[in-house]
Amino acid sequence: MSGPLHPQISLYAAIATRSFRRYSTYTAATLAGIFTNSVFGIILSFAYLALWEQNPSAGGYEADQAVTFVWIGQALLMTVALWSGGSTDDLAERIRTGDIAVDLYRPVSVLGWYLAADLGRGLYHFTTRGVAPAIVGALLFGLVTPSPAGAAGFLVSVVLAVVVSFAVRFLFAASAFWLLDATGPRVLLSVLATFFSGLTLPLNLFPDGLRQVALALPFASYIQTPADIWLGRHTGLDMIAAIGLQVLWAVVLLATCALVLRAATRKVVVQGG
Amino acid sequence: MVDTDTPAAYVAHAVRSYWLIALLWIRAAMAYPVSFWTMLVGGVLITFLDFVAIWLMFTHVDTYGGFTLREIALLYGLTSIAFRVADMLVGSVEKIGQKVRSGDLDAMMTKPVPVLVQLCADRFELRRLGQIAQGLAVFAWAAPIVEWTPQRLLVLVVALVSGVVIYFCVFVIFSTIQFWTTDASEFANAFTYGGNTIMQYPMTIFPREVVRSLTYLLPLAFVNWYPCLFLLGRTDPFGSPDWFRFASPLAALMLVVVTTLVWRQGLRRYRSTGS
Amino acid sequence: MSLIEVRDLSREFTIRKRAGAFRRTSVVKHAVHDLSFDIEAGEMVGYIGPNGAGKSTTIKMLTGILGPSGGSALVAGLEPSRQRRELARRIGVVFGQRTSLWWDLPLRDSYELLRRIYRIPDQTFRRNLEDHVALLDLGDLMDTPVRQLSLGQRMRGDIAAALLHDPEILYLDEPTIGLDVVSKGRLREFLRALNHERGTTLMLTTHDLQDIEALCDRVIVIDHGTAVFDGPLPSLRANGDASRTLVVDLVDEASPIAIEGARVVKVEGPRQWLAFPAGASAAPLVAQVAAAYDVADLSIHEPDIEDVIRKLYAR
Repeated sequence: MSGPLHPQISLYAAIATRSFRRYSTYTAATLAGIFTNSVFGIILSFAYLALWEQNPSAGGYEADQAVTFVWIGQALLMTVALWSGGSTDDLAERIRTGDIAVDLYRPVSVLGWYLAADLGRGLYHFTTRGVAPAIVGALLFGLVTPSPAGAAGFLVSVVLAVVVSFAVRFLFAASAFWLLDATGPRVLLSVLATFFSGLTLPLNLFPDGLRQVALALPFASYIQTPADIWLGRHTGLDMIAAIGLQVLWAVVLLATCALVLRAATRKVVVQGG
Repeated sequence: MVDTDTPAAYVAHAVRSYWLIALLWIRAAMAYPVSFWTMLVGGVLITFLDFVAIWLMFTHVDTYGGFTLREIALLYGLTSIAFRVADMLVGSVEKIGQKVRSGDLDAMMTKPVPVLVQLCADRFELRRLGQIAQGLAVFAWAAPIVEWTPQRLLVLVVALVSGVVIYFCVFVIFSTIQFWTTDASEFANAFTYGGNTIMQYPMTIFPREVVRSLTYLLPLAFVNWYPCLFLLGRTDPFGSPDWFRFASPLAALMLVVVTTLVWRQGLRRYRSTGS
Repeated sequence: MSLIEVRDLSREFTIRKRAGAFRRTSVVKHAVHDLSFDIEAGEMVGYIGPNGAGKSTTIKMLTGILGPSGGSALVAGLEPSRQRRELARRIGVVFGQRTSLWWDLPLRDSYELLRRIYRIPDQTFRRNLEDHVALLDLGDLMDTPVRQLSLGQRMRGDIAAALLHDPEILYLDEPTIGLDVVSKGRLREFLRALNHERGTTLMLTTHDLQDIEALCDRVIVIDHGTAVFDGPLPSLRANGDASRTLVVDLVDEASPIAIEGARVVKVEGPRQWLAFPAGASAAPLVAQVAAAYDVADLSIHEPDIEDVIRKLYAR
């Protein structure tokens, strides 16, 4: 694809827009989701408040920071499609039905196509299912607000969170090329993502050893890293390093996706689907 | 061919049909053994890590809401077993909206088996046994802290059965809402999965209003909180009457009545709109 | 008493529409309006109409899925919406684009389950299975998972499934949709035999008018929720301004044939098409033409049922 950059960008923008619109048609589903995220946010907020009442500096967080962490987690949960459900689900389905062969022969990068679609979805989920529960949390519990630099860093970090999560989901969905049915790997992925993203418990509360491993894994990019930037735990060079790690994971994982896709294309060509 | 059923024959046929349909789905799942076992192990893992998170919290505190880790494990185990059993038996009812959109619900309505039975048995997932096993394991680990007596054993068994019934009702009630808005299936999650999550914690960490709601509005506290107070020989910090500890079947029964009404209303609504 | 009695059956839906950011207006739609007909045991009835005419709403009311908002329906002496489960044992329903079979399991297992949930006596089940499996050519497919069946095979599997409990009535919703010509032919043959040999009453909705021509003695045409035609197929043809066509091949080209009782609708070299009313006899026309012109060949074309129906809808 040596064409000029411009039409490529507008193509991906069109894909992302279409994906955004597709999700925005399900108003009732969005409202139900916001409600559910808020309920879980409330439960976890009380759970954390009780913990920090006993130990006011657990994991290096203050109580109000811990509660803010909860709501950031609820806000990003759908944005990064932690439990799957983004364009990678379409991919898995198209592999299962064999329709993927059509995608592979299109003169557009398959990876770019699905990534653009997932970013469109992510933007929709962030502006609805991200922002709305956060407002509920702010009204009920009062949340910590970031510095301007923290806010900017947070937004960059969230975009990278979606990209990293997309690449991971893509790899798990692509396992369907070889396994036929990707539901098993999908469950495994949601187990790992739930625990190692910081959704159930901030990674900083993990014991030594496990904590360092968890913070280095790509799942930390989903929630832990953006949350720590918002909460001002990463500032200056430290923030750049945190974002740098996300970029590194994004690059490595997307490259792996491209390799897997090449192998899959060969397989589809050889076996005819 | 078949005469008009007596109530007993009707229930017997419904229950038998449930198991026959469930059995077919189990065999269907076995067509992909790799997937089946990964899902089963995944289920154990996902719930196992869920409890690990609580255990990790105890690396930062000694007691939580006035309860020790094992006492919380008791609460956790009891709600988990009840919830996961209900989820396995009737969790598919969540898919009402999907079945309405696909037209499968119409097909179910042309069969001589109650629609609710067909919905609950649809896509029966035996692999959820993994999640039940995790609940049992956590409970077994906590059990030694209880000074077991015949009465306590009886209360435990009654609470478990009532708990399954209560969660069954919660699944049905909040899924029935999809007869009004077919794509709001996630709404039910706040009460089903949300209910199970909230009951994993001691009620002492929540404001009084929350505990009241979980007693009088949506009586989830009767699944594990009140029975566990009895098992542990503790007094209720909120000062509820003592008989609440044995009232789980009563709460379950009342919820069954409400569920029946809601379900009928939902089905009536479907039959007057067809969509 | 007829097997199916429909009296002034109506079904209204209230449709809410968005009329701005917050305002909603509601419109009442009469999906079925004062519909009446009787179907006797053993009839094969085609129930046709354009999309949204009220076909599936009617079928839903006759199977008890939907309750009527006015009028009544009585099927096999039962009131469908109140006695749905009782009725279920006496009717069979096949939805063309969906399967009621279990995707990952062989046909045999689905049938075995149906035997139990319909509580079919062993003897009946065995006999039906043998008969239908043989006639529908499913013998070799009994142990194949449903997902591996072709569309035509699956449709046959679904029809056999709907017949296991000896239903008195079989509703078929678009039974031949998506099937190839050979499969369609086989299926029609089977349904005809079923009706002749067992007296099963058939009611089918379809877009394929060949289904109707091949199967139905009687047609009910529904449009905007009301029956616009109800009668035997020949009189549907005769209905309205439908006309038959006399095709005349002359020995030489000639100016349009002028004859009383027919008009030329098309001329192509020596061949001319003459339209005449469907009710009229062709014999005097043929005689007149043969007397006045040198005729090489003659043929008569029946009106195309599609045309007839199109004209009915247009009214």
